[in-house]
Amino acid sequence: MTDLSHIRNFSIVAHIDHGKSTLADRLIQMTGTMAERDMKEQVLDAMDIERERGITIKANTVRIEYPATDGQTYILNLIDTPGHVDFGYEVSRSMQAVEGSLLVVDASQGVEAQTLANAYQAIDADHEIVPVLNKIDLPASDTGRVSTQIEEVIGIDATDAIQISAKTGEGVPELLEAIVRRLPAPRGDADAPLKAMLVDSRYDPYLGVVVMIRVVDGKIRKGDQIVMMQTGARYRIDRLAVLKPEMADAAELGPGEIGVLTASIKQVRDTRVGDTITHERNPTREPLSGFKPSQPVVFCGLFPVDNGEFEALRDAIGKLALNDASFTSEMETSAALGFGFRCGFLGLLHLEVVRDRIEREYDIELITTAPSVIYHVHMRDGSMLELHNPADMPDPANIDHVGEPRIRATILVPDDYLGDVLKLCHDRRGVQEELSYAGSRAVVTYDLPLNEVVFDFHDRLKSVTKGYASFDYQLAGYQMDHLVKMQVLVNEEPVDALSMMVHRDRAEARGRAMCEKLKELIPRHMFKIPIQAAIGGRIIARETLSALRKDVTAKCYGGDATRKRKLLDKQKAGKRKMRQFGKVDIPQEAFIDALKMGE
Amino acid sequence: MDRGLGLYVHWPFCQAKCPYCDFNSHVAASVDQSRWQEAFLNEIARVREDVGPRKLSSMFFGGGTPSLMAAETVARTIEAAKDAWTPADDIEITLEANPTSVEADRFRSYAKAGVNRLSLGIQSLRDSDLIALGRLHTAVEAVAAYDIARSTFPRVSFDLIYARQNQAAAEWETELSEALELAADHVSLYQLTIEPGTAFGDRHAAGRLQGLPDENHSLDMFNITQDMTEAAGLPAYEVSNHARPGQESRHNLVYWRSGNWAGIGPGAHGRLTVNGLRIATECHSMPASWLDAVESTGNGYSRQYVVSEDDARIEAVMAGLRLAEGVPAYLLAEYNNINRLMDFGLLEHVSGFVRTTRLGRPLLDAILREILA
Repeated sequence: MTDLSHIRNFSIVAHIDHGKSTLADRLIQMTGTMAERDMKEQVLDAMDIERERGITIKANTVRIEYPATDGQTYILNLIDTPGHVDFGYEVSRSMQAVEGSLLVVDASQGVEAQTLANAYQAIDADHEIVPVLNKIDLPASDTGRVSTQIEEVIGIDATDAIQISAKTGEGVPELLEAIVRRLPAPRGDADAPLKAMLVDSRYDPYLGVVVMIRVVDGKIRKGDQIVMMQTGARYRIDRLAVLKPEMADAAELGPGEIGVLTASIKQVRDTRVGDTITHERNPTREPLSGFKPSQPVVFCGLFPVDNGEFEALRDAIGKLALNDASFTSEMETSAALGFGFRCGFLGLLHLEVVRDRIEREYDIELITTAPSVIYHVHMRDGSMLELHNPADMPDPANIDHVGEPRIRATILVPDDYLGDVLKLCHDRRGVQEELSYAGSRAVVTYDLPLNEVVFDFHDRLKSVTKGYASFDYQLAGYQMDHLVKMQVLVNEEPVDALSMMVHRDRAEARGRAMCEKLKELIPRHMFKIPIQAAIGGRIIARETLSALRKDVTAKCYGGDATRKRKLLDKQKAGKRKMRQFGKVDIPQEAFIDALKMGE
Repeated sequence: MDRGLGLYVHWPFCQAKCPYCDFNSHVAASVDQSRWQEAFLNEIARVREDVGPRKLSSMFFGGGTPSLMAAETVARTIEAAKDAWTPADDIEITLEANPTSVEADRFRSYAKAGVNRLSLGIQSLRDSDLIALGRLHTAVEAVAAYDIARSTFPRVSFDLIYARQNQAAAEWETELSEALELAADHVSLYQLTIEPGTAFGDRHAAGRLQGLPDENHSLDMFNITQDMTEAAGLPAYEVSNHARPGQESRHNLVYWRSGNWAGIGPGAHGRLTVNGLRIATECHSMPASWLDAVESTGNGYSRQYVVSEDDARIEAVMAGLRLAEGVPAYLLAEYNNINRLMDFGLLEHVSGFVRTTRLGRPLLDAILREILA
């Protein structure tokens, strides 16, 4: 057990690419926490997808021993938190487990939307914040300008900002000193009954569920009988360890300390993040306030390209769910796509990460249907239905009104592109709330419907601002609007997987765009194919895909039999990737590409 | 039913490579005719060992440009084949020829060697198009060669390529009527196809091959071709082949009716039913490798395998639906989308056969994808 005065717990908050993971690497390396030969880039990002995308998905922690210039050795516990908006909820709860934050800003870029969002979360968590200006080795770095920005935009004092280069290590010794001197030591009572926070948990194929804890009061030891106070579940601790960042066994952990335990817990769902862990005997009387579990906000269907892979998909989804309590799934049947799953995600990035993992780790090709949000369908009889899938929309005659989730989006953008951003937000039914400036950058806040954002808003934003805008959002409740279900009919038959909710005033434009797009995406057949968009029974847009008129090989003799048969095998493979709908074959990419609105 | 054996002999050399051609053809400075002759004779002997005694119903010298073969090579090859198998009384022996005066000089000796049907690559009756197609002869020269061929061989056919660059339908109509004036009892009329790996293919990919007909235009020309040949008494018996009834190429019918044929020479393929199994054979495709394999190992095949019953049926459908007569209906019994194609008016059922309609024939590839893919 380490004395409280010699512990510092902190997290690093930063916009993506501002050097959070590199700084974590440098702290680990320069304190000798990890042997040089074991170091690799972004040691705290365990998954390939995390390293590749440069993002952190699960919170992770490392315990660093740092001999300070005052001659004392301090224990520094760094909790590395996810930086992306989709995982914002995980950020906020990880912050409850530490007392301070390093606010890292790229000195060549300045404050970005996620810097802002995460800094506010740190302020909300009552953190002591140490501003850190990173990448001072770059010629484009401008520490004076960025310090002013931090003060003006975020509103915290940046006079004592530490200037570093996480890449070269310059300034990192000063930062380590600042962590010890400027961040508060944790408080807690070693003699009180055990009270520990369940910070996070992950599934490890060898160890089962590994639970990350922060001890608040009391002491926890291997072999202890513990109780999870919210679920009432009882376990015996098999193993207690700290992370360096590999697991290193610890005999006991006291107040202020952060570590992990295993206790034969089978799945992540059995643990509840924010729960209070105490001893079965002599439990604490006051559990921690806890968190509400994170809720999926974006839904889409995942179907195997090859229908024969449904069981493999079921298996893959089951395994992913072991490690991700925020990801939900239930079986779905689509007339167009066969058997699959309707899945819920924290956001689009979460969706992409899960989809990538299924495709890559389980080698299953997927068709992803249009992402949807949860609509509140208020019926005339006063009941309310949570609609996850437009295909399940009840008869409009019985609907009183429909509410949709909205978000509060913060966008930081150089002045030159502001006009494009305002237009984009307006086109997506946004309502401007605030517009201010930080130097030559505009900080604009919009109230936007989530369903206008979930699909390609971020891509469009990047494209209209050449990548210079940054974006973050928070959910901002439900609001009633004139929303209708638009159906798409291909060859007179409705294609359920292409149904979507749209605003009444935009339905026609949207329907037209979708029909035009589908006309490009569906190959011509031997008959002409009408492609229509409809609301209820009313056709609002129509295109006709003309019939194929001539397609025949001119020369075919004895030497061509083998070649023709091989070509046919290729066509068979191509056809497996199509979905037959009535008489029409629709390529799988059409289900997503048809939604892209383009310019 | 033994419809006899067809023997295909591939001569891979040309004087120049035509820009549209994706056949296995090569331009060589010189060819040692006696080595090639020896190799063909060895292969015939070897294949005879494999397939046993058969009735030889047809031979076909294809290429490349077989009219560059020495008459002696052709004569000895025919002789060897006739010795190896029992030639049918009405054996058809075709040789493909280019219509130049040099080659026309050899026609008589080919006839003497046993060739009784000549297939002449005229390609166009317009000099400007012949140049564009990379041909080494003029239209006048081609017609002269054709006249010599007519007086030399009992049966003569010629090839034309249409749906060429900047070709108006009316222009094709005129050219085709001239061609039908010339035609004896068989013509092959191919729409120009841009194949990858050819000079045209490269030019097309680079966007430098202009004036090709669009789909509607090429369908119009296809339909004009069907109408005019029919009116002239040479209806289409296959997608691109037209003949007076009874004058169809018997050798090519072996392919389309999935009969038995042996293929020798570089890149030649064969399909042979031996002991109840359908065997596919493939020869080494590079001329030097083939010659080397035959000389050093006594076997020109690079690959031989059994075609599964399913694959054999697929091949039979793919080839057979090219014919106006279609395929025996039982071959399609297990494909349930046939009825739909009939409803669309693309296929029809006629006395135990399923065949394409006039509407379906120009869509055959799409129909085959629909049925088989």
